[in-house]
Amino acid sequence: MKREPVLRVVGKLLIPYMLVFALYVQFHGDYGPGGGFQAGVITAAAVIFYALIFGLPAARRLVPEALVETLVAAGAFLYIAVGFVGLALGGNYLDYFVLDPDPVAGQHRGIFWVEIGVLVTVSGVMLKVFYMFAGRGRGS
Amino acid sequence: MMAVTVAAIVLQRNLFSVVVLAGVYSFLMATVLVALDAVDVAMTEASVGAGISTVLLLGALYLCGGEEAKPLSRPWVPLAVTLVIVGALVYGTLGLSAFSDPQAPIHTHVVPRYLGQALAETGVPNVVTAVLASYRGYDTLGETVVVFTAGIGVIALLRRLRRKGGSK
Amino acid sequence: MSAFASHYTYWITVLLMAAGLFIVVARGNLVKKLIGLSIFQTSVYLLYIAPGKLIGGTAPILSAAFKVYSNPLPHVLILTAIVVGIATLALGLAIVVRIREAYGSIEEDEIVAADRASGDRA
Repeated sequence: MKREPVLRVVGKLLIPYMLVFALYVQFHGDYGPGGGFQAGVITAAAVIFYALIFGLPAARRLVPEALVETLVAAGAFLYIAVGFVGLALGGNYLDYFVLDPDPVAGQHRGIFWVEIGVLVTVSGVMLKVFYMFAGRGRGS
Repeated sequence: MMAVTVAAIVLQRNLFSVVVLAGVYSFLMATVLVALDAVDVAMTEASVGAGISTVLLLGALYLCGGEEAKPLSRPWVPLAVTLVIVGALVYGTLGLSAFSDPQAPIHTHVVPRYLGQALAETGVPNVVTAVLASYRGYDTLGETVVVFTAGIGVIALLRRLRRKGGSK
Repeated sequence: MSAFASHYTYWITVLLMAAGLFIVVARGNLVKKLIGLSIFQTSVYLLYIAPGKLIGGTAPILSAAFKVYSNPLPHVLILTAIVVGIATLALGLAIVVRIREAYGSIEEDEIVAADRASGDRA
């Protein structure tokens, strides 16, 4: 498929916008619909789009398997770590108001990092599952 | 329209068209959800149901083959069981609260506090994000761990071990 | 008939639930069963979100211009449910792929017959 000029050009135009839109959805989840899950799925969809047009080996070079596997675990780890930071600073597990002298700003910080953790895990898992299905190959 | 799509999914035997119809159904469901004011849920349903779900189903079809076998016998018993269950559920839903009733229990328990205090306590105007990430943060932690576990499970199921003498 | 006007959302949900249930029970192809399961799950999403809607309300994003908001709590629960549903679908499809490689087919009748032919080992 990578020899089709229309697909190549459209892909190169759309994929950066998809990634920027994913970041927009992630960071504007506070003020409009959005948040970690939607952003994670859109990020994975952008990389899957790249893999569909340019081939799975090219996508594997761009986003290596080791990186994706690290992302899968890193997001959940980040979420759990935010909880422990709340514990270390004097509150209960996953308390956000202790993260900053102003409790409302602490909530903002907590929500920010937690949503980043969700984004990383969801995009990693969706991409890893796609890699596994697409790389299996028919027969034996 | 959703009823027509679902009927087509039930009756169709070519699995590729069933997957495409499932994507159509997911988009229609997202439209219905927007009409019900659930904008976050609609965005998630559209991206997950019509995006990732279609990709995964097509990947599985590539590996498994794309035609469903003709059923050997007419499915009378499952149809009868389904109709009995439909009758029981319709009878049961008559006891639920009416559509858009402001006095329904769902609106009077803890939600007025969330709607009233979310902006003052968390500074986030999107109440769904505030509840998801702050008031009910444990549930979101559990959900992230579930997604992580699903990824680990798929890796464990579909990994090819490099052994001497061929792969598994 | 006023029961219809006030409860029709539940009955749409029940209809979709019945379709999903019928596909799971009556069709033998494993991939189609999984699609039926996901249809069943989407009907449950409707079951939760429809009662939260207030006619004349708006999406639960606080703003000075609106007074009445639809209920945000079901939205939170269903967001989690959607993501868990896709996780289940991914795992189910991985198992179907492995079944296909082990038995050579994804039709329930053929798999059960192959198990019977090779002797009950359960």
